[in-house]
Amino acid sequence: MSQTKIVGTSVPRVDGLEKVTGAALYTGDLKFPRMLYAEVVRSPHAHAKVLAVRVDKALKVPGVRAVATGRDFPFHTGIYMRDQTIFAIDRVRFVGDPVAALAAETPEAAHEAAQLVEVDYEPLPAILDVVEGIKPGAPLVHPDLGKYYVESFITPKPGTNICNHLKVRKGDYEGALAKCAHVFENTFTVPQVQHVPMEPHISVARVDLSGKVEVHTSAQSPFTVRHLLCHCFNLPHGDVEVVVPTVGGGFGGKAGINLEPIAVALAMKAPGRPVRVAATRAEEFYATVVRQGLTATLVTGVDKKNKVQAQKMYYLWDCGGYGGYGVNVVRAAGYTCGGAYHFPNVWGDSIGVYTNKPVGSAYRGFGMQEIHWALEQQMDRVAHELRIDPVEFRLLNCLGPKKTTVTGQLLEKSSGRVDKCIEKVDEVLKLRARGKKKPFHGKGIACAVKAPAMPNNAASSVIMKFAEDEMLEILISGIDIGQGLATVAAQYAAEALDLPMERIRVRMRPRTDFSPYDWQTVASRQTWATGNAVLRGCEDLKRQLFEVGAQALGAPVSRLELKDRKVIDKKTKKSVPLAAIVVGYQFPDGHTIGGPVATSAHHVPDGLLFLHPETSQCSKPVAKWTFGAQGVELTVDPETGNLRIERLVACYDVGKVVNPGLIKGQTFGGIVQGVGTGVMEELVIDGKDGRPRNASLMDYKIPTALDIPDKMEAFYVETPQLDGPLGARGIGEHTMIPTPAAIANALYDACGIRIDSMPITAEKVLKALKEKQRREKEGEDVQPAAASVAKVRPPARATRREAGRERPGGVRARRGRAK
Amino acid sequence: MRHTITVRVNGVEERHEVDANQTLLSFLRDTLNLTGAKQGCNEGECGSCMVLLDGKAVNGCLTLAAELDGHEVATIEGLGQAGALHPLQSAFLKHHAVQCGFCTPGVVMTSLALLQENPKPTELQLKTALAGNLCRCTGYRQILDAIQDAAKTMRAQSKRRTA
Repeated sequence: MSQTKIVGTSVPRVDGLEKVTGAALYTGDLKFPRMLYAEVVRSPHAHAKVLAVRVDKALKVPGVRAVATGRDFPFHTGIYMRDQTIFAIDRVRFVGDPVAALAAETPEAAHEAAQLVEVDYEPLPAILDVVEGIKPGAPLVHPDLGKYYVESFITPKPGTNICNHLKVRKGDYEGALAKCAHVFENTFTVPQVQHVPMEPHISVARVDLSGKVEVHTSAQSPFTVRHLLCHCFNLPHGDVEVVVPTVGGGFGGKAGINLEPIAVALAMKAPGRPVRVAATRAEEFYATVVRQGLTATLVTGVDKKNKVQAQKMYYLWDCGGYGGYGVNVVRAAGYTCGGAYHFPNVWGDSIGVYTNKPVGSAYRGFGMQEIHWALEQQMDRVAHELRIDPVEFRLLNCLGPKKTTVTGQLLEKSSGRVDKCIEKVDEVLKLRARGKKKPFHGKGIACAVKAPAMPNNAASSVIMKFAEDEMLEILISGIDIGQGLATVAAQYAAEALDLPMERIRVRMRPRTDFSPYDWQTVASRQTWATGNAVLRGCEDLKRQLFEVGAQALGAPVSRLELKDRKVIDKKTKKSVPLAAIVVGYQFPDGHTIGGPVATSAHHVPDGLLFLHPETSQCSKPVAKWTFGAQGVELTVDPETGNLRIERLVACYDVGKVVNPGLIKGQTFGGIVQGVGTGVMEELVIDGKDGRPRNASLMDYKIPTALDIPDKMEAFYVETPQLDGPLGARGIGEHTMIPTPAAIANALYDACGIRIDSMPITAEKVLKALKEKQRREKEGEDVQPAAASVAKVRPPARATRREAGRERPGGVRARRGRAK
Repeated sequence: MRHTITVRVNGVEERHEVDANQTLLSFLRDTLNLTGAKQGCNEGECGSCMVLLDGKAVNGCLTLAAELDGHEVATIEGLGQAGALHPLQSAFLKHHAVQCGFCTPGVVMTSLALLQENPKPTELQLKTALAGNLCRCTGYRQILDAIQDAAKTMRAQSKRRTA
């Protein structure tokens, strides 16, 4: 690859100045004349029939201007499956399910009126546990599951609580397992957690008297919001405009559609008045969206040469009351179910289960941190049981060129190298070449992989145009939610057109009426997709500039180059400044050629295919993979159970580092978010009544500056992605995927205890340490490996039912520990 | 019940009638249209609304506007602007200490209060001072580096002033 001048350097963020001065305007900072304030009436029940909603008393509160209920708007929403109405109509499915909403002149009036809305409920038995939810005969969360509109690649099972089920069948799992020398089975769990963006969800909608709808919203995907609003309210796309101001963090929680339909419904009831719906921090926790919980059971069969030959993955996802977005997390976790490893024979099931809990959705990593929590602890356990170094065991079994993924996709040299990432982390942390081990001090590693989970036709586009002073303006509709997309887009253009960064303006707050189409800002796809679109646009701009430049200079296009804001004839060294071309070139005699130089360009993933419906086998199910690994060094305080993470080393194969300062920020940010879910975060839903027990930042802790690892180090491998812009692939989500598992593995190394349920709280560590001490006192077999609870068959009952044909015959007990 | 207050905000005297229950944050955002301070939780947990009250960092959402009479408030809007940034703002740009930017005004104001009191904080003092400012994007590392860098610049500036 040729040398780059601007791509690959730490140019400052193009939106930095407005953010450090407080000038950046977020949705909540916008002032709209005569704006109304909304309050949403939410279900206090996890599961209940709605018998009646009475709003007459609420309407009498002075200042109340509009009220909306389910019967007013019996419309379905949801990105992959339209299983949700704007307001519950006859049934509420989680504590927080919207039942009605009011808009008033003041927030106080709206709040007062909301208390006066009377709802008659008839409580129903609630499903608050996925294992209960999947049992035959369990109460149904969605009795109408068979009637919903569902995208073709989502497969719900009407008559059950299963909202999606993806099966992966590769090779001959049962035959291979029968021949394995060692078999291990373990179960791991992950609770629901919340994104906790610093800016809570907020949307402002206005419907004017001509019927035109305008929505200002904190969202990751203006065009998807518009598209789904149009579907929901049966409006033409031309009558709905979605505007996204600066967004204060998303992490997946602002993907798809969220508060917008509530705002639009109220705005339709109060024509001409802007209506603002803002989630309180408490609502943010339980009433917007969360990350799904996971119960994962893994079976790993290893041959005598320590190669995994057979691998079963059984993932049960706690999708909550609605599956609109979460069903695709289930799917992504299915076709990625083996993580960063080459498993020749695979039996995978990824099953989404409706429960009466907060609604699962996209969350940075899209299911990957959760499955890696299971996979990476499993690999570590197996390595320890087999007395192989965990690094060796990973290198022996990991994916790489000429290996196949669980869907049978053959990886190439350009697919990225997890082995190099493992080796780098090992080299820096000295995992294999370690010296004498200190008590309660340990090191661990975990790998990561993720592909963008998106429809095969997910597109991004850009509009590029020159202003009269040859300032290049780039309109994008990918959202800079902090990751640095606008800066990266400018860097690519600066590189391609040899322009200084300060000659480029990225117009980064899209309005769907004027901005180019973009599917969504999710899936770590924007650098890749918008980056490619920008490079393509630059080619066309160059073509236009050269066409006019050739005439102006009297030289053939082949002799021209674009440099230093000039079109130059390489032979004569004569040049014409861009400023003289960008709105049309005028010859000395006055006649003019050319015109305003502008273009649009797009990127659509190339050659993606659908998965086989029964086996998920597919040669190209995703656009790209990004691999990586993280290593952790920590000490455990045996008195308190607290962990101190001394070092955290990350390495990812990103193809090309576009901006070292930005990617470091992505990496450190992801690591710390991973530390959060790894050791402290859990949305506690009461197992009896389904109510959230810690819906505040007082009770739900996220990492503060005091909680970060003492030292974080980031390294990058650059194996170019063939269809990546200058070789780049995605990185945003991957940075938080392996962190909890790496911590768990280091904890085991430090003191021989395993925590299967995320998060690794001090309480759990202390309890496990005490249990270990008790057993040591009682003289039980407590060599380090014994603390691992790797089991021999039989598999969990649910697993066996699903894989009925696999009898345990031929499966041998794991190797004895005594040497 | 309404109170009349006279308060200096970023050096400008403001005289307003405020409700007894109006917060400093609402006074800044809704009355003065100074939207740099953000509302992230409205219960004193996230620090997005940190501003200086007589030089001390306070949560705007936990302070009542009625208490401001005769006092001085400083917000991000009074700190610096294009071409004349405060060393903290320049350092945040240089170190990529900004991502979504929602927490940035609060973090900058908290750091300013700390550095005015303790121009050479240790890493632990810095982390402790920032423990009330949540950031979900950056992982704090580049923020800490930026503040230390700014502290160095500010110490050099004050040395030059005193010399």
